[in-house]
Amino acid sequence: MCLGIPGQIVEISDEARMMAVAEVSGVRRAVNVACIADGPLDRLIGEWALIHVGFAMARIDEDEAAQTLAALHELGETQEALEQMAAGDAALEGRV
Amino acid sequence: MKFASEFRDPKLARALLQAIAEKADAIGATREKPVHIMEICGGHTHSIFRYGLDKLIHEGVEFIHGPGCPVCVLPRARVDECIELAERPEVIFTTFGDAMRVPGSTKSLIQAKADGADIRMVYSPLDALELARRNPDREVVFFGLGFETTTPSTALAIQQAAREGLANFSVFCNHITVPEPIKALLDDPYMMLEGFIGPGHVSMVIGFHPYDFIAQDYGKPIVVAGFEPTDLLQSVLMVLTQIEAGQARVENQYGRVVPEHGNSVSIAAINDVYEKRPSFEWRGLGEIDASGMRIRDAYRAYDAEEKFGIGYAVGRREVPEVEGCACGQVMTGRIKPTQCPQFGKGCTPETALGALMVSSEGACAAYWQYGGARTAAE
Repeated sequence: MCLGIPGQIVEISDEARMMAVAEVSGVRRAVNVACIADGPLDRLIGEWALIHVGFAMARIDEDEAAQTLAALHELGETQEALEQMAAGDAALEGRV
Repeated sequence: MKFASEFRDPKLARALLQAIAEKADAIGATREKPVHIMEICGGHTHSIFRYGLDKLIHEGVEFIHGPGCPVCVLPRARVDECIELAERPEVIFTTFGDAMRVPGSTKSLIQAKADGADIRMVYSPLDALELARRNPDREVVFFGLGFETTTPSTALAIQQAAREGLANFSVFCNHITVPEPIKALLDDPYMMLEGFIGPGHVSMVIGFHPYDFIAQDYGKPIVVAGFEPTDLLQSVLMVLTQIEAGQARVENQYGRVVPEHGNSVSIAAINDVYEKRPSFEWRGLGEIDASGMRIRDAYRAYDAEEKFGIGYAVGRREVPEVEGCACGQVMTGRIKPTQCPQFGKGCTPETALGALMVSSEGACAAYWQYGGARTAAE
């Protein structure tokens, strides 16, 4: 629960709600970018961030993102995060 | 167990292990008289075991696994209250998956779900918000759980609900803080800790000044660390270097992610939505002053305790720990998981008495997964 996972911001989906789409290990997920926004949201596209329970909490550089993903993969955390995202999607769709 | 040669940067790992050994020898740390370093964060505990750092490191350095797993420290009374909320027919109870298997006094959330309660695992409090939008005739309760890493996420979700005027969303707030339990441990006259590894992602939110008291008031070094194996080894070396020099400072090994003053948006959201509770109960540790957060009056409509008349809103309920469960002693470093009389006997991942055996970040689960099961069988 306490480890963030790197994701790349690929799209701003709802500017008013500070929502973006991030690609996390090949999976696209809606995330809130309020904590890393310091200007027009469009500027975040292409940036990497540590994503934690659906919120982009800190910007990181691409190298750090790659290293962190490798470590998380070793720890089994990548799979866990992806499973949690899938569980969230299932909950929204009523597949529970 | 991993070996240094399997690390992504084996040369660096070997150099750090060598430097740690030299420092440990220089300060006279031995197997009989080790330096006790507490890693506060459950993510660090998991990393230490996954990479076998406890086996690789000099025998004079002993890791003590601290109370930094929010699932582990959740008292049985709060689990019982979750289940009561979840079993209300109008409620959709939403939670992170981590909390599903924590035992309450009669059942866990996963058992309550099997019994018919509408409990849904979500990835984010934003999923809970979306469920509230899609189910206006139901009450969606989000189980707010975690340290400062997750606290701002729930706060931002509550702010969003308030902006939208969502009347069917509320949070059962169990957010807790890192500095206060550390102070409680340091005030314990029987505690034998020489230094701390500080949590990386909590510090990403709050910065590292909230730990100043550890160095200034208690004279203990603390190094905020990343969770990769070389981050942890480097941080141990930094703690030992301070000990050797007779210093006590807060240092930041994880500067690539942790800013000195934390994340201002997160801190503002926390301060807007929450205030400290006078005290909060921790599993195995008892009541700790000012260690939990509650929702401010301005956001009272989103406080599940107030909305449903449960929890601290009506008074703390007394639910004793299971007889023989030593989670509290393990979390304070008094005993190792394998020294608990129930480890591997009355308490296994399938038949857990305490939360440390079921949380992925729990010390007992880590011991079990990385060799403890074998030890218990011997």
